[in-house]
Amino acid sequence: MKNNMVTVIKKEFRRFFTDRRMVLTTLVMPGLMIYIVYSVMGTGLASQFGQEEGTALQVSVENLPQGIAAASKGTPLEFTELSGGQETDGALEGLREGAEGCDLVAVFPKDFEKLAAAYDKADGGDAPAVRLYYNSVQTDSSSAYDMMEEILDAYETSLANKFDVNPGDEKYDLATEEDMSAQFFSMMVPMLMMVFLFSGCMAVVPESIAGEKERGTIATLLVTPMKRSHLALGKIISLSVIAVLSGLSSFLGTMLSLPKLMGGVQYMDASVYGIQEYLLMLAVVISTVLLIVTLVSIVSAFAKNVKEATGWVTPIMIVSMLFGVMSMLDIASQTGMAWFLIPLYNSAQCMGGIFSLDVDVWNVAVTAVSNICYAGIGVFALTKMFGSEKVMFSK
Amino acid sequence: MRELLKVQNVKKTFRVSARQQKIQRTKERTKVAVDRLSFTAYEGEVFGLLGPNGAGKTTTLRMMAALISPDEGDILVDGSSVVKSPDEVRAKIGFLTSELKLEEFFTPNYLFDFFSELHGVDKATAARRKQELFGKFNISEYAEMKVANLSTGMKQKVSLVISIVHDPDIIIFDEPTNGLDVLTAKTVTDFLLDLRGRGKTIVVSTHIFSLVEKICDRVGIILDGRMAACDTLENITAEKPLEEKFFDIFAEKAGGTYEK
Repeated sequence: MKNNMVTVIKKEFRRFFTDRRMVLTTLVMPGLMIYIVYSVMGTGLASQFGQEEGTALQVSVENLPQGIAAASKGTPLEFTELSGGQETDGALEGLREGAEGCDLVAVFPKDFEKLAAAYDKADGGDAPAVRLYYNSVQTDSSSAYDMMEEILDAYETSLANKFDVNPGDEKYDLATEEDMSAQFFSMMVPMLMMVFLFSGCMAVVPESIAGEKERGTIATLLVTPMKRSHLALGKIISLSVIAVLSGLSSFLGTMLSLPKLMGGVQYMDASVYGIQEYLLMLAVVISTVLLIVTLVSIVSAFAKNVKEATGWVTPIMIVSMLFGVMSMLDIASQTGMAWFLIPLYNSAQCMGGIFSLDVDVWNVAVTAVSNICYAGIGVFALTKMFGSEKVMFSK
Repeated sequence: MRELLKVQNVKKTFRVSARQQKIQRTKERTKVAVDRLSFTAYEGEVFGLLGPNGAGKTTTLRMMAALISPDEGDILVDGSSVVKSPDEVRAKIGFLTSELKLEEFFTPNYLFDFFSELHGVDKATAARRKQELFGKFNISEYAEMKVANLSTGMKQKVSLVISIVHDPDIIIFDEPTNGLDVLTAKTVTDFLLDLRGRGKTIVVSTHIFSLVEKICDRVGIILDGRMAACDTLENITAEKPLEEKFFDIFAEKAGGTYEK
């Protein structure tokens, strides 16, 4: 009995380790792909949250104290003096709008250092207040805020806590709720959408093409007078519709459950998006699904069976997820139109742009048209493959 | 008699993979499956291709059905070339092989309508034909059952019926009674004779001598991809029964081939 068990184990190992494709897709690919994905993510995140060398953070400041200016030496903070009144209001407006050249507005009371030195908590009065206005949606603004707060913390400690930073209920984060919702969705949704769309395709395409090939049912179709191009187009269109529906189901579930998942975060409100965003999103989703279905169809037509097709499609799925992750990182975002000719990357970038309410319609157009063109080339290739005896009848 | 199917000097070679080379202990990179094969099937006759496994019968039938192309030569199906107009050829023939399977999720009823549509049969004709064929093969009571739930014999009957939804004049069957129980095999054999009676041209490949003797008008014996003998059944069996004649030819050809 024990010998039989060993015999079975040996047979299973022989089946696995003598199949080069299986070894490649099961043992080599996952490790390699995870290494690549995590390395890219790590590099991206380091660039996202770290301050790029040589990049200055612009701080507009009213009544800049000498001590703070001295403590800020060696940091990327660059100060521009404000005279107060309209000038300060203008800087705050620029910060709210996310305009270039203003990452933080700091308002110190006049003679701040003297006031701080004279302040005695026992007297019961209010401590001198420093107001730091920032926009949490802007990465540079958040970095400037963190850096300034750190400098003030150190300075305050040296003065034995003689002033307050951002006292009271005033709103110092100038990002609007609309911006915060858009930022949240643009961070989360493109990656999830890429995963959902790919999963939707994976659920139906390998089964419909490699599965039919494996079961011998596609040969029954090939023996009819139907044109190969009609078979290829019929498959791709029907599978795309199913994959879009599957992707939409996942998308709806995600959009509805995200607030609950994130513990009822206040600023997540999908109503910030209008009909234009949804129409642009539809164009990107449909063209992306067409492209993914075509890619997976070609791989499935090459594969001998569903299992092999799934194995070969995995790297494409990982690349697609990688592009989804890249859309979360500013460093990977390109605005040049040529970048939107790169399949899958263009889809993730467009989704990120649409959800952050900062999208160039022309880039979406380039993405949709190029994806449809690539799908058309894929359909042509698939038609040829359906006519190829080597591909369709290989064992 | 009208030549409905003309096989002209066709050759088909397959590549031998490195793995197959190792298994077969050969250094040959290619294998000739069909080697300059020629024969003709006339209107209203049953032509039998007889040969052992691996002789090239199925490859020949696949070329006739325009599923694969010959490397050399051509096959004319009612005047249409499998090389130049494969779509035309596929419209003119009915092809059935055990390798062609039906989607098990669907019912015979649905599949009949689906394939009728692919062959461009109008709905009224398709409905009439379905009633006739389902009745003949006793499929009617299973018409709404999924193919997955049908017996092997019933699946084969459904496959046969679906291969001729468009009432083709030329019917090509690869091992038509293989794996069938005696009752289903008899139904299929009787149906082939019925089709012949209606003027259809039928090409069957088989290694069952009794089937050839029962239904074929002419016989081609294939060995190693070549036509070893081709004549009327009457002439081939003039001196000896078919089985004995076959083994005589086999011994003669194999002797020549395998001693090399």
